[in-house]
Amino acid sequence: MTETATTTTTTTHLMTINMGPQHPSTHGVLRLLLELDGEMIVKAVPHVGFLHRGVEKLAEYRTYHQCIPLTDRLDYVAPFSNNLAYALAVEKLLGVQAPERAHHIRVLLCELTRIASHLLWLATHALDIGAMSVFFYCFREREEIYDIFEMVSGARMHLSYIRVGGISRDLPGGFLEKTHAFVTGFPARLDEYETLLTDNPIWKKRTVGVGVISAEDAIDYGLSGPSLRGSGVNWDIRKSEPYSSYDKYNFSVPLGKNGDVYDRYRVRMEEMRQSNSIVHQALNILPRGDFLARIPNVTLPPKEDVETNMESMIGHFKLIMHGIHPPEGEVYSSIEAPKGELGFYIVSDGSSNPYRLKIRPPSFVNLEALPKMVEGRLLPDVVATIGSLDIVLGEIDR
Amino acid sequence: MDIEPVSTAIKTRFPEAITGSHIFRNELTLIVKKDSIVDIARFLKEDEALDFDFLSDLCGVDRVATDNVFEVVYHLYSLKKNHRIRLKVHVPSDDPCLSTVTGIWKTADWHERETYDMFGIAFEGHPDLRKILTPEDFEGYPLRKDYPLDGRQPTTLRDTYRKGEA
Repeated sequence: MTETATTTTTTTHLMTINMGPQHPSTHGVLRLLLELDGEMIVKAVPHVGFLHRGVEKLAEYRTYHQCIPLTDRLDYVAPFSNNLAYALAVEKLLGVQAPERAHHIRVLLCELTRIASHLLWLATHALDIGAMSVFFYCFREREEIYDIFEMVSGARMHLSYIRVGGISRDLPGGFLEKTHAFVTGFPARLDEYETLLTDNPIWKKRTVGVGVISAEDAIDYGLSGPSLRGSGVNWDIRKSEPYSSYDKYNFSVPLGKNGDVYDRYRVRMEEMRQSNSIVHQALNILPRGDFLARIPNVTLPPKEDVETNMESMIGHFKLIMHGIHPPEGEVYSSIEAPKGELGFYIVSDGSSNPYRLKIRPPSFVNLEALPKMVEGRLLPDVVATIGSLDIVLGEIDR
Repeated sequence: MDIEPVSTAIKTRFPEAITGSHIFRNELTLIVKKDSIVDIARFLKEDEALDFDFLSDLCGVDRVATDNVFEVVYHLYSLKKNHRIRLKVHVPSDDPCLSTVTGIWKTADWHERETYDMFGIAFEGHPDLRKILTPEDFEGYPLRKDYPLDGRQPTTLRDTYRKGEA
């Protein structure tokens, strides 16, 4: 390393500094080992794993339904997406489908989640770069979404609302009005954020041309989600392999051009507008009907039946005590989570626990490309670039 | 996207190296001989009709109890053709090693490090094969089936944690 450094740099004095794991702009417990020549990054080595809880190991000792709360704790700012990705994988393994109403509710809540996740990204990203007021605005709106989540599931962060075969309970009264009020007011709020940042010369100086990655490199490094689309690659799983009922919604996939921090910012801002429009459409077309499919040995029977009908009571008992027994086989199913391709690979041996559960977390893969984006750039660019990748250590370390 | 032609194309090109294939829930799985993985991976990426330019995931599965092997599983995707495939390689449990695919997809780097960390499967030719999720002095491979759920670490590591030096 020293040899290459002496040829490319002006001084032979390289300084190694440790950024994180307790550093506010590393968005959790990310540790970066930076080799610096003055302010220039010669080498960046990410160290992860500080939050490793062995989720994949734990899942092997739980029934299929008991794994749902584990998924909340992956990308903890987008729990609905995690729940959905897992539920879809198990449904694929079982060969079952959720009812129509559940599909639309899932889409509605996942898009609200995308907005909440992107708001947290924008808030912290802007804060890292020095625009503090954006943080307060974003948290004001995020709070409204969290109130909606609390109304729906009873929890604010770890929701575990989605079930295999549907959702745990129907939407509460007052939900539609509250959500409608939010989506009506939100586009104006987004415009407000943009007045603070989009044409702000300081913001542009810190983001345009920073953390650049080309489309070819982005694909090679396995980037997905807004981080990939910032480089102009048109890939969104909601469009390419529509799940739930995304094929019934009308939305566009915003793309960047230069693959820099600024383009990733523009992509996410536009994504929030698109998500807002999807939520709006979902409110209008939300069909009536069951929210949980009635599949014996997979979904719990309705509570009234359990109290009045012997068969249902036995079914309920057996499902709680022994869990679901999917057929032997393996599936990989992925969704477009706010951060990219979130995939679940489940291997079943026919028992009530997954034989193997592998999570493909988008943040883990996106972070891998960080050294490529920052090497040869200045130290402050590292902060801007980490922010633009929108990582969550909960899903990186699992 | 129809997956049958994909399967046929690979089998025609590598009749020897594909030892099995099956389709479950419309997902194609090919079982590949250990020595051929790099050739097949390169073919899958470079062939224009297949065009698997995106490595979605790479992981291990412990099959020691039944077949005395570890499986290394590759999930590939083609951005242009919008199709997926799963490749599997069986590596013997007494000598778990195979060639790296980092030369074909850069993203394989961290995935292979994770598989090494969790299963102790060595990837020959990997540029920087280190543990990634567990601490440096962690002993054992936690996702192997013989590793107990509540862990087993030497006292030295526990002492290190207690003193806060890790």
